[in-house]
Amino acid sequence: MFRLNDAVDINNARTTFKHSFDMQKKKVLICGGTGCVAGGSLRIYAEIIRLLEEAGVEVAVELKAETEHNDIDNIIGVKKSGCHGFCEMGPLVRIEPKGWLYTKVKFEDCAEIVEKSLIGEEFIERLAYKSNGVTFAKQEDIPFYAKQTRLVLEHCGHIDATSIKEYLAIGGYKAFQKALFEMSPEDVVNTITDSNLRGRGGGGFPAGRKWSQVAKQPEPIKYIVCNGDEGDPGAFMDRSIMEGDPHRMLEGMMIAGYATGAKEGYIYVRAEYPLAVERLKMAIAQAEECGLLGDNILGTEFSFKLHINRGAGAFVCGEGSALTASIEGKRGMPRVKPPRTVEHGLFEKPTVLNNVETFANVPLIVNNGSDWYKSIGPENSPGTKAFALTGKINNTGLIEIPMGKTLKEVIYDIGGGIRDGKEFKAVQIGGPSGGCLITKDLNLPLDFDSLKKVGAMIGSGGLVVMDEDTCMVEIARFFMNFTQNESCGKCVPCREGTKRMLEILERIVAGNGQDGDIDLLLELADTISSTALCGLGKTAPSPVVSTIKSFRDEYEAHVHDKRCPAGNCKKLVRYEIQADICKGCSACSRKCPVGAISGVIKSPFTIDTTKCIKCGACIQTCKFGAIKEV
Amino acid sequence: MKNENYMLIDNIPVPIEGEKNILEMVRKAGIELPTFCYYSELSVYGACRMCMVENKRGGMEASCSTPPRAGMEIYTNTPKLRKHRKMILELLLSNHCRDCNTCDKNGKCKLQELANRFDIHRVRFNNTSPDPLVDDSSPSITKDASKCILCGDCVRVCNEVQNVGAIDFAHRGSKMTVSCAFDTPIGESNCVGCGQCASVCPTGAIIIKDDSHLLWQELWNPDTNVVCQIAPAVRVAVAKEFGYKGENVMGKIVSSLKRLGFNYVFDTATGADMTVIEEANEFLDRIKKGENIPLFTSCCPAWVKYCENKYPELMPNVSTCRSPMQMYASVFKEKYKNDAKRLVSVAIMPCTAKKGEAKREEFMIDGKPIVDYVITTQELIKMIREAGICFSEIEPEAIDMPFGSISGAGVIFGVTGGVTEAVIRYISTDKSKSALKMIAYNGVRGLEGIKEFTVPFGESELKIACVSGLSNADAIIQRIQNGEHFDLVEVMACPNGCINGAGQPIAKNKERKKRSAELYNNDSMCTIKSSEENPLMDYIYKDIIKDKSHELLHVNYIK
Repeated sequence: MFRLNDAVDINNARTTFKHSFDMQKKKVLICGGTGCVAGGSLRIYAEIIRLLEEAGVEVAVELKAETEHNDIDNIIGVKKSGCHGFCEMGPLVRIEPKGWLYTKVKFEDCAEIVEKSLIGEEFIERLAYKSNGVTFAKQEDIPFYAKQTRLVLEHCGHIDATSIKEYLAIGGYKAFQKALFEMSPEDVVNTITDSNLRGRGGGGFPAGRKWSQVAKQPEPIKYIVCNGDEGDPGAFMDRSIMEGDPHRMLEGMMIAGYATGAKEGYIYVRAEYPLAVERLKMAIAQAEECGLLGDNILGTEFSFKLHINRGAGAFVCGEGSALTASIEGKRGMPRVKPPRTVEHGLFEKPTVLNNVETFANVPLIVNNGSDWYKSIGPENSPGTKAFALTGKINNTGLIEIPMGKTLKEVIYDIGGGIRDGKEFKAVQIGGPSGGCLITKDLNLPLDFDSLKKVGAMIGSGGLVVMDEDTCMVEIARFFMNFTQNESCGKCVPCREGTKRMLEILERIVAGNGQDGDIDLLLELADTISSTALCGLGKTAPSPVVSTIKSFRDEYEAHVHDKRCPAGNCKKLVRYEIQADICKGCSACSRKCPVGAISGVIKSPFTIDTTKCIKCGACIQTCKFGAIKEV
Repeated sequence: MKNENYMLIDNIPVPIEGEKNILEMVRKAGIELPTFCYYSELSVYGACRMCMVENKRGGMEASCSTPPRAGMEIYTNTPKLRKHRKMILELLLSNHCRDCNTCDKNGKCKLQELANRFDIHRVRFNNTSPDPLVDDSSPSITKDASKCILCGDCVRVCNEVQNVGAIDFAHRGSKMTVSCAFDTPIGESNCVGCGQCASVCPTGAIIIKDDSHLLWQELWNPDTNVVCQIAPAVRVAVAKEFGYKGENVMGKIVSSLKRLGFNYVFDTATGADMTVIEEANEFLDRIKKGENIPLFTSCCPAWVKYCENKYPELMPNVSTCRSPMQMYASVFKEKYKNDAKRLVSVAIMPCTAKKGEAKREEFMIDGKPIVDYVITTQELIKMIREAGICFSEIEPEAIDMPFGSISGAGVIFGVTGGVTEAVIRYISTDKSKSALKMIAYNGVRGLEGIKEFTVPFGESELKIACVSGLSNADAIIQRIQNGEHFDLVEVMACPNGCINGAGQPIAKNKERKKRSAELYNNDSMCTIKSSEENPLMDYIYKDIIKDKSHELLHVNYIK
C-alpha cells in the first residue's frame, strides 16, 4: 500500500494511478450492485477472469505500475463496479473503451463475451439493449441513460468501487485537498451555503445552514453523522452510492469535518445493506491506510476518524434524534426538540447530520464552485437528485436528473412508460411519508418546493409508479401498514392513530367499510399530522390524505358499493358466470373445491358467492371465458 | 415592572421569569393544561401530546418542550386543540381497559379525569383493550400492561431519579410495552421496590400491592394478637385524605386502628430510637477502628437492595443494624413469644419496599416472617374508609403500653436527614437546647437531594452526607470511589425521604414540605429529644432484649 504524507504525495499518487488507469485501455466492468449481485454478477465476474486467464490474457483487477505488467498493450481490466442503475436489465456488463452495455447477461454468456468482445472486437447484438426495434450498443445512447444527468452517480458503474486507487486516478479527494490547502473552514461553509445544497434526505433543509450552525458552536467536540438508514420501501439511491462510490461520500464527510471543526464521524447504515457496509469498511480501511483518515491528514493539523454503525432496520432511526440515540446504544426513539441536533446531537455534542446523497454532492460543489452548482436545476432547489424508479414502469432502476425535470420526462422518457401499454394512474413519491401524484401533475417539476405545494415531498427519492390496475385504497393501506409497523410507539397520535387508520383501511379493502369511515380517516390524519412528535408521525397520514384527495371516488366505491374499481381488492371481487356465454358444460362446477357452482347441464350455471373462496380455479377451467371477476 | 420579557397566553400578557417551557408559563397564568407525561422532576418526554397549544399562525406546539420566547402568542383552548385532545383521549381509551369501577385507580386516574374533563362519551374505534396482563411477582408493586398508556413516567423515574433502570420500553409501535430486560418478571429483576413508578403512573398500570384483604382476616380472627407499629411519616400524610390540613393525626390513627381491631398499637419511632443507639455505637466503633468508613445507613430497604445489586463491594460499609421496623418487630416477637394467642405483627409504613424487606430470608424465623404484614399509608386510609370510621368524629388515643413513649429523634426518621440528626444528637456530648439547635441548622435539614456538612467530633470533625433519591446516592458513591472522604452517608431511596414514600398518598412539592415541617414540629413538641433518653430503652434492653441485642437488632446481609 502507499502512504500520503502531504499534498505532493497525493498529487503524485493521482498521476501514477491515472497512468495505470489509462493503461488499461480495454476493460470490462461487471455491475457489483446488490441487484446484479442477486442476479449472479459475481459468478460472471469470476468466470470472465477465469476465461481470460485461460486464454492467456493478462487480467488487471487492480491498478498496477507499468513495470508490473508483462505486456501493457495486451492487458484487460476486469472490474467489479458500482450500480449502473439499470437494474431492470441486470446483470449488466460494460465493455470499454467502446462503451458497450450488455444486459441480462447470464453465466453462459461469459465465453462469448470474452471471445468476441474482449479478446476480439466484435459486438454481440443479442446481449444489447433493444427498444422499439432499435438496438443500442453504447450505454450512453440508451434513452434510460441519455436523458439523465449523472453527477453524483457519475462514477457508479465506471470505476472499481472497491479501489481507492481508481478513485484517486479519476481525481478523487481533489475537493478535500482543495478545501484543506486552499480554503479556510469558513470558505468551505460559505461555498456550501452559497450553493444552496439542500438535504437530500427528505426535508430539504439547506446543508450550509446546518454546517454553519455547527461550526459556530464553541463546544470543542463535534460530530459528522451520515444518515445511510434508507428505509423507504422501494428506495435504494443511498445504497447505490455507498456501494458504488463509497470514497465520494467519505470525501464529503471529511470536508464537512474540516469545515465545522469535527474530528470524528459516524456512518449509520442499515444492517440490511451488507454490501454497502462491506464497501464502506473497505473504503475506510483504505483511506486510513494511506493516511487520508487519521491524525494530521496530509501533514496538516486536521485529523478525522470515521466509524460505521449498523442500524437494526427501524425506519424511525432515519429521524435525526432517533438515529443519534441509536448510535449511542439507546432505544431509537425521537426526542423532543429543541435542543436541535446542531446543538445537542450525537453524545450531546453539536452534530452535522446529512444523508448519503447530500455528502456525495459536496466534493462536486467544492471542486466546481457554488455558481456551477446553482446553474443546475431551479434556483431554490439546485443540483441533481437521484431517484429509485420502481413499480409498473418499463425501466426500473436508479436514475439521476437535474431538479426541476418533470414527472412526465422521468416516467416516459427515462422510465420508458408504463408496462404492458397500460394507463398511467399515479406515482407515489417520497415513500410512506410522501403523497401520490396523478395525471394532472405529470408536468409538475420535481423539486422540493413544487412538490410541497401539491402536498407531496421528494423524500429520499423513491418513485413507485402505478397503473390503472392499482387500487389506490390498497396502496394507502400498504403504506399505512408500513408506518404503523415502523412507528416507534412513543407519541400517542402516531402509535394509536396509525393503528386506527390502518384498522379502518383494512376494513375498507375487505369490504366492511362503514359510513363515515373516509371522514374519520381524514379526522385522524389531521390530528396525527398536527400533533405527532416527529416527522415520521407527522407525515404518516400523507399517503392516505393524498389518495383520498385524488381518488375519493375509489374510496367511496369501496365503502358504499363494496366494489374495487381497479379490481384489485380480492375481498371485493365477485366471480360471475355470464349467462349468455356459458354453455352449461359443468366443467367449472366439477373443479370448484368448495362446491359453490351449481346448475343444470346445458343451461347457464351460477356461483353461490357466499361459498366462493375466489380461488380462480373456475376461470382457468372455463374454455369459453364465461366466468369473470366483477 | 422590570421584566419586559412577556408572552401572550390567551391574549393575557404573562412575564417570562426563567420558565423552561410554555407549560410552566401556562400554569402560571392559571390554566391547567392537560398532560400525562410531564413532571417537573423528570426529563421532558413529550409523548402524550395533550399539552399542545396553538400559536398565532395556527401551528401546534407541545408546550412541555417549547421554551417561552418574548413576544410569543399562544392559545390554550381553541377548536383545533379541543378536537385533537379529544381525539388523543379517544385513541387512548380505544386501547385501554375500561373497567373503571373495579380499578384500583378509580377516582384517581388521570385518563379517567381527562376523559371526563374533555367530555368523551363515545369511542369511535374498535375496543381493542387487551385482557389484563398482570405481573404480581414483586412484593411491592403490581403491573398491569393492559392499563398502560405508555407515557413513560415510570421508566423515567426508575432511570433518572432512582438510577435503577429496572424497566424500559420494549418493542415498537402499537406493540410497545414497558417491561424489564428480557421480559423477566419484576420480582426477579433488579427492581428495588421503591414504588416511585407507581406514584407517577397516571393510570392503574402500576399500583402498590395491596395486602389489606389478608389483614382483615387476621383482625377478625379471635385467636390472634394483632400488634402494629406506625412509622413516623404516616402520621403526617393521612390528614389531608380526610379533609384536614397537613397535620399530625397520630392520635386519630391510633384510635382508628383500635376500632379496626388491632390489639396493640405502637409507634415505630421507638424502634427508631433503638436503631439510633445501635447505629451510633456501630459508627463510633468503626471510627475508632477505622474500619468500613463511610458507614452507610440501613434503614431504607430499597437502598439496601440497590447497594446489593449495584455495589456489592460496598455492602460491608452498610450498617448491620436492622431497620427500625424490623428491630421493633423483633422486640414484639420476643415480648409476646409466650402469649397464648398467635402474634400477628403488622407494620404501617409509608413504604412499598418494606413489603419486600419483610419477605427477605434474613427476616424469617423458621420460615415465618418477623413482620407478617406491611400495610402502606394508602392501604390504611382505605381500611379506615371501608370500616366506615368517621375520622373527623373520633377522639385521638395514645399509643399502647408498655411501649408508650417515643423521642423526637425517632420521629424525624421520616424525613431525609432525620436518621443522621438523631445519631448526631446521640453522639453529641452537649445535649443542651442550644447544642440541639446547632445540630439542626448545620445542614442536615432541608429537602435537597444531596446535603453535605461537617460536625465537630472531639478534636476533629466528621464529614457527613444525607442523600435521598437513589441517583443522588449513586453520585455520592461515585465521588467516594474517586477518593473523596465521608464518615457517614444516610441514604433514603425516595426523594425527600419517607414522607414521600410510594406508600403515601401522592404529594407534590408543597405537600411534601408540609409533611416535613409537621414532623419537625412533632419533634419540637417532644420532651424527650435524644433516643437514649427515652425511658423505654432501659426497659426494652434490660427486660426484653437482654443479651440478645446482636441476634434481635442486627443482620448480616452479606452472604
